[in-house]
Amino acid sequence: AMEDVSAKFVSQKISRTRWRPPPAATLQPPDIFATGSWDNEDNRISLWSAGDLGNVGLNGEYHGEPHLLCDIQHNGDVMDMQFLDQERIVVASSTGTVTIFRHHQNNQTLSANHRWEKAHHHVDQDTCCGGAACTGVVCNNPEIVTVGEDGRVNLFRADQKDAVRTIDNADSSTLHAVTFLRTTEILTVNSIGQLKIWDFRQQRNEPSQIFSLAGDRVPLHCVDRHPNQQHIVATGGQDGMLSIWDIRQGTMPVSLLNAHEAEMWEVHFHPSNPDHLFTCSEDGSLWHWDASTNVSEKPSFLHQGGKSTTYLSHSTMNQSVVSAWLSNDPTKDRMEITNLIPNQTLSVNSLDVLGPCLVYGTDAEAIYVNRQLFA
Amino acid sequence: PPQVVPGADPAARQLCFAWGPAEGLVCETRFGRAGGSRSRPSPVPSRRDPSVDADTAGGAPGSSRVFVVRRDQDIYIQTLRKLFNESHGIFMGLQRSEDELAGKSRKAQLVQVSKNYRSVIRACMEDMHQAAVSARDPALQGQYSTQVSILSAMELIWNLCEILFVEAAAAGPLLLRLLDWVRLHVCDVDSMVREVLSSENPSKHELFWNVVDVFVLQGRMDEARHLLSKEATANPTSMNMYKILDDLMKKMPMPSLGNTQTLTELELKWQHWHEECQRFLQDGTFASNPHMESICKILLGDEDAILEKKELMTTWYHFLVTRLLYSHPTVRPMELRFYAQSSMDLFLGGESSPEPLDMILMAAFEFEMHQVIKECSIVLSNWWFVAHLTDLLDHCKLLQSHNLYFGSNMREFLLLEYASGLFSHHSLWQLGVDYFDHCPEFGRVYLELHMERVPLSTEQKALKVLRICEQRQMHEQVRSVCKIMAMKALRNNRLGSALSWSIRAKDAAFATLISDRFLKDYCERGCFSDLDLIDNLGPSMLLSDRLTFLGKYREFHRLYGEKRFAEAARLLLTLMTAHIAPCSFWMTLLTDALPLLEQKEIIFSAEQTYELMRCLEDLTAGNTDKQKFQEDDVETTKVEMLRLALARNLARVIVKEGTVEGS
Repeated sequence: AMEDVSAKFVSQKISRTRWRPPPAATLQPPDIFATGSWDNEDNRISLWSAGDLGNVGLNGEYHGEPHLLCDIQHNGDVMDMQFLDQERIVVASSTGTVTIFRHHQNNQTLSANHRWEKAHHHVDQDTCCGGAACTGVVCNNPEIVTVGEDGRVNLFRADQKDAVRTIDNADSSTLHAVTFLRTTEILTVNSIGQLKIWDFRQQRNEPSQIFSLAGDRVPLHCVDRHPNQQHIVATGGQDGMLSIWDIRQGTMPVSLLNAHEAEMWEVHFHPSNPDHLFTCSEDGSLWHWDASTNVSEKPSFLHQGGKSTTYLSHSTMNQSVVSAWLSNDPTKDRMEITNLIPNQTLSVNSLDVLGPCLVYGTDAEAIYVNRQLFA
Repeated sequence: PPQVVPGADPAARQLCFAWGPAEGLVCETRFGRAGGSRSRPSPVPSRRDPSVDADTAGGAPGSSRVFVVRRDQDIYIQTLRKLFNESHGIFMGLQRSEDELAGKSRKAQLVQVSKNYRSVIRACMEDMHQAAVSARDPALQGQYSTQVSILSAMELIWNLCEILFVEAAAAGPLLLRLLDWVRLHVCDVDSMVREVLSSENPSKHELFWNVVDVFVLQGRMDEARHLLSKEATANPTSMNMYKILDDLMKKMPMPSLGNTQTLTELELKWQHWHEECQRFLQDGTFASNPHMESICKILLGDEDAILEKKELMTTWYHFLVTRLLYSHPTVRPMELRFYAQSSMDLFLGGESSPEPLDMILMAAFEFEMHQVIKECSIVLSNWWFVAHLTDLLDHCKLLQSHNLYFGSNMREFLLLEYASGLFSHHSLWQLGVDYFDHCPEFGRVYLELHMERVPLSTEQKALKVLRICEQRQMHEQVRSVCKIMAMKALRNNRLGSALSWSIRAKDAAFATLISDRFLKDYCERGCFSDLDLIDNLGPSMLLSDRLTFLGKYREFHRLYGEKRFAEAARLLLTLMTAHIAPCSFWMTLLTDALPLLEQKEIIFSAEQTYELMRCLEDLTAGNTDKQKFQEDDVETTKVEMLRLALARNLARVIVKEGTVEGS
């Protein structure tokens, strides 16, 4: 419900929002998130506290807006951002530079920890504008993979100065996003509607597999892989369409789902409850796709245990999920779809989900936190 | 507001202005030269504009500066971005709500919209106040404080307009609204009230009677009585006097918001109560206590008694409302102007002249809506206020009749100004789009001109710009954005990206240009770059002939690579006979035919061979003139080799076909 959402106007257009991953052994809901801005003279990386849990009211409703912990100036638009671990954030810049920022929790400051200048660049990288925007970054500590407008794929290690592997001209069009498929394999999407798998074990600078949309090669802007069923991949396109791919078979998507009216900027499976999927778009909407509605027994996802929230193991749900995402005709009556932001007019550029919490940021210079996603 | 150009010397040299980048007005000055002022032109945020430091060609001693005047300075204030963004949402809601409801519920809706705008102003004011408190730099602190007072004035004006125009409160409720308005905005006495109320023994505090007076002047009867009761218990001797005053205050008739009493009833009750007060004053009930006597006089609406408390009211409009409360509680909207004028004259008493804010409020009390907007436009340093207020008033159907001599109406004129200001900002331009959308007359033209000027720093931003243009069928702008991006990609040698941009714009000419680059690269290097793209052209191949050729030619290479020679040969021939291939490329195609002609197995039929021969002859015939001049050995050798290969193939095929048919 909308009442559970707290908003804050931050006087900068937000391009990315990311929850800080919780420490390994805790079941606490996330409390800290990072944001990056774009299109400002002075762009920033900011860390926010989602709010004091002590403020949770009697009925569990949440009050209080996010408050700023610390921020740091960032050169260029923030194009993408990922937490490497609890303390470090990897940021992709429109200047082509990739930076690791460290959050010093003892004195609440941010500092640049490591920087790969112009990791993405055009042919004349020495000219002032030689950098090419780095459009996507994904981390699997200590490995970092970046893609960019220059069609290049870089593999870095957080502790090494030079790139471990660079595939120049990997793609002749712009690479828009990247994610890990397995530890040595990545998935990329590009501006001519292709989904490619790259295997770093192979020395060839060619993708190991190419999938592509039929018909008009609509650009793909985002990609996410099912957290448990690695062959299920979701992508979002320029026409707002959600595509579900089964990378075990065929070269075309298993299903195309009409979704947003403009570019889909991000798609995320819920990490611990993957029959829920979230997408956001240039058209100012954020959709919650619930494929669990068809399951005979709706899984009880959350235990309300006093103040803190714990979640159930999800192993029991996988069977139904597979059929839901991969069925050939997942018509709308089988999938419950909710627009979480009615009447928003400006783009929702980014979202992140973790546990019962959703955070998203917009071109209307606001960040929103929903801490009771499944309530 | 008028702007002083530092260093300008119109006496020595004429001032010339020109429109600069990003909606700026640029003029050359002597600022910064020897003898000129050294300080920065503080009201102008010129830091990011490169032209500020640009030298002019005059070559005069010392460097000339270019002074940049921005049209809407407030756009650049960081804290106000919250105001712009949040009010954008309210504005859009108001445009959507268009006439869904009628009558009372519509009015309630509009009042709610007005309140939402005000609460955004208030929130911004609080942020600004916080910023002022936490700012260490006194100059910055001063700036914030100025902003707080500007925002506070904006809210004051807006609230009055809400009461008088949007809600259009009728006699009775009108007074209650005005009282609320005064209570909300006259905050100078708040700290005094807090101090007295929080003291251990309020009735012994030296400012005790001041606070009681404040409550009475603002019509806060219950609070005044509560405070008085404390004094009464401390002074048992004058208990009777207190009781009487308390009773008068308790009985004072007030207008009600519901329809429980008619105005006549109220006037009757009020008259009765007034006479009762009069009686107690005249029989000297309060003579022993000047404080209480003066309160009784105030209750009677005695102007002199009220004016004595000038310091506690601080403004003439507080005086006006207090005066109305105690002498004309059923004042009708149209009578306000008389009381307002005389209240201002009495309060200022010729000592000081009215300030712009006073004139604006006066215009509102006079129901001169256009005057209010005009004065605000002149005084305030932003278009935000007038644009949004005017739009709201327009939705209340209050501005219909007023057309400006230059075409559009006032609402549109102000919205255009505001949105243009947004577009001059590096980041807020996106908000401007929706405002232009709701300007029926000139919005489209403005939007087109502005969209063309948004800098396209990344593909992501270009996509956002493109989406805005596409949604509005702005074909010219779509083409222009794609062309710019395609050119950028081409310059960076990203042929694939360049091609996808021209495909998006359906720009055939540009697609041809890029295809030629691909073909040229092929001819030079002997292999294709960007195969992943060319192999996946799909239907977009049909965009331009050259692109079709590129796709088909690549298909030929694929077939050849897969050793599907017959298909490859057929395709190769079609490329020439169907005139898909440009003539300049025929020689390459014919050369490509060579290895096919040399294959062991026969691939080209007799008919196909004749056609190949004709193609070759057409090509050489067209070139004969040239050939004479530039004896190109390589070219001649090629032609000879082709002729030989074709003749041999023809011989083989005639034998073979003859044998097959003969058997």
